Amino acid sequence: MSNSDKIVQQVSVFLENKSGRLAEVCSTLGDNGINIRALSVADTSDFGILRLIVDVPDRATELLQQAGFSVGATSVIALEVPDRPGGLAAVLKTLQAGEVNVEYMYAFVGTHGGEAVVIFRVADEVLDHTIELLQNAQIPILPASEVYAL
Amino acid sequence: MIWDPKHECMDIEERRALQLRRLREQVARLWVNVPFYRQKWEAAGVTPDDLQSLDDLRRFPFTEKDDLRKTYPFGMFATPLEEVVRIHASSGTTGKPIVVGYCKSDVTDIWAETIARTICCGGGTSQDILHNAYGYGLFTGGLGVHYGGELLGCTVVPMSAGNTQRQLMMMCDLGATILASTPSYALTIADAAEEMGLGPDDIPLKAGLFGAEPWSEGSRQVVEEKLGISAHDIYGLTEIIGPGVAAECEVKGMMHVFDDHFLPEIIDPETGEVLPDGETGELVFTTLTKRAFPVIRFRTRDITSLTHEPCPCGRTHARIARITGRTDDMLIIRGVNVFPSQIEDVLTSFAEIEPQYQLVLTRKGRLDQLEVQVEVAPRFFSDTIGGLEQLEQRITEKLYSTLGISVTVRLVEPKTIERSIGKAKRIIDLREEE
Repeated sequence: MSNSDKIVQQVSVFLENKSGRLAEVCSTLGDNGINIRALSVADTSDFGILRLIVDVPDRATELLQQAGFSVGATSVIALEVPDRPGGLAAVLKTLQAGEVNVEYMYAFVGTHGGEAVVIFRVADEVLDHTIELLQNAQIPILPASEVYAL
Repeated sequence: MIWDPKHECMDIEERRALQLRRLREQVARLWVNVPFYRQKWEAAGVTPDDLQSLDDLRRFPFTEKDDLRKTYPFGMFATPLEEVVRIHASSGTTGKPIVVGYCKSDVTDIWAETIARTICCGGGTSQDILHNAYGYGLFTGGLGVHYGGELLGCTVVPMSAGNTQRQLMMMCDLGATILASTPSYALTIADAAEEMGLGPDDIPLKAGLFGAEPWSEGSRQVVEEKLGISAHDIYGLTEIIGPGVAAECEVKGMMHVFDDHFLPEIIDPETGEVLPDGETGELVFTTLTKRAFPVIRFRTRDITSLTHEPCPCGRTHARIARITGRTDDMLIIRGVNVFPSQIEDVLTSFAEIEPQYQLVLTRKGRLDQLEVQVEVAPRFFSDTIGGLEQLEQRITEKLYSTLGISVTVRLVEPKTIERSIGKAKRIIDLREEE
């Protein structure tokens, strides 16, 4: 597996906090047959950021931009995390030991082969370092191709 | 009381003759003394001899604010510096201010006189204690009002602005009867009085002279009620002389222009054509008597209308209506001049946002609030809340260092700010009335 397949392209959308905007994003994607695999929302009182994992990120970015949204592509890593108490803690411990700061993370709703799937965002500059850390710690990284098809 | 009945209640035809005589003298002087004017007039094909009637003035070109900037600091002075006894400057926030000068006779024979007239318009006499809360310094308000007050014979208390509780203490202890300040500061004083438990009966004031920024009838009512005074609108601008250009008498609603010194015209701001009485347009002034820093047909950019109808008070001066706006889009926020173009300059230096923006002005309590709405670029850079908040912070800081006032920056989605054909509507001013 090449390093590029270890990096998942997340679609990030800027949203003002006003009613109907989230629905508009979802229907723009739905109308075009794009499936949302995972999502998270971060917000303040004025605006929010919607983060999406979809099956075809490039197409989704293009469609949302056409629909007038501010859209960015963000590199994230998807990890298989043992679905048991302490599973996530072990992963975070590894990252902490390697001095990698997690900007944000969120979990997939479903599982992969019985394991939980968690999306991690770290700064682009430490992305390769993080992948190496995780591999050395034998924490399974889910290939992007599999994440999109989940 | 009318300070100078001879000039203030002069027969209109007699005044017109005086105006023409003074105008011809002034123009002839400038033709010799100020190369800027001579060049401008030569280019327009006019000479002082063309001034056979007041109407001939319209053949002369306008003087713009920009002309005064380009000739900074002394290029427009019409007397040698050794004759200049005072300098004042406009409150420009960036770049060079406009510097104006006064020779001795400008201060004593014109400015102090027109301020004395102004105070009398507000019902003042030599018996009054004048609490002057206009800022003293380069700003024309403080010193301008000061010397006129002394000329009239008032007891002038040179408070300058700030330390509001102390102002109220002094006012009450000294028995101040007239307050001179900006209207927004008068509102602050009125609020502070209320907080200190001082009602209209506790405050000795009977009148207020408020100018140097636009204000509303709503504000007038508030200060009149809270301070128990009669509030008068006064008008002036640094380029003409400072305060003392026009003032409201007891017949409220319009201001007497002291037009034996300052000749007003109303023009169509688009075509430059002179408009008849009653029509609204841009106010233009020619100083007939000032020596150190005269201006011919200076475009004030203030929007109002003019009337020559006699006033019941007996003064025969032309009168202007309350200033309703400005021809350019300069904003006055908390007393600071702000041009949307300055904001635009800052915003365009950020790649993360679009050059589209909108300014929303509101008034929170007595304070003007400016919200700058900017669109995030279609492809945005940071997808963390911290990153976006940092962006807002960086824009806010840069705006603060450019404008000198703090504003709220609000990120909005692309294409949400209305696009217009031609001139964009950048400003939503919700301050009009409280």
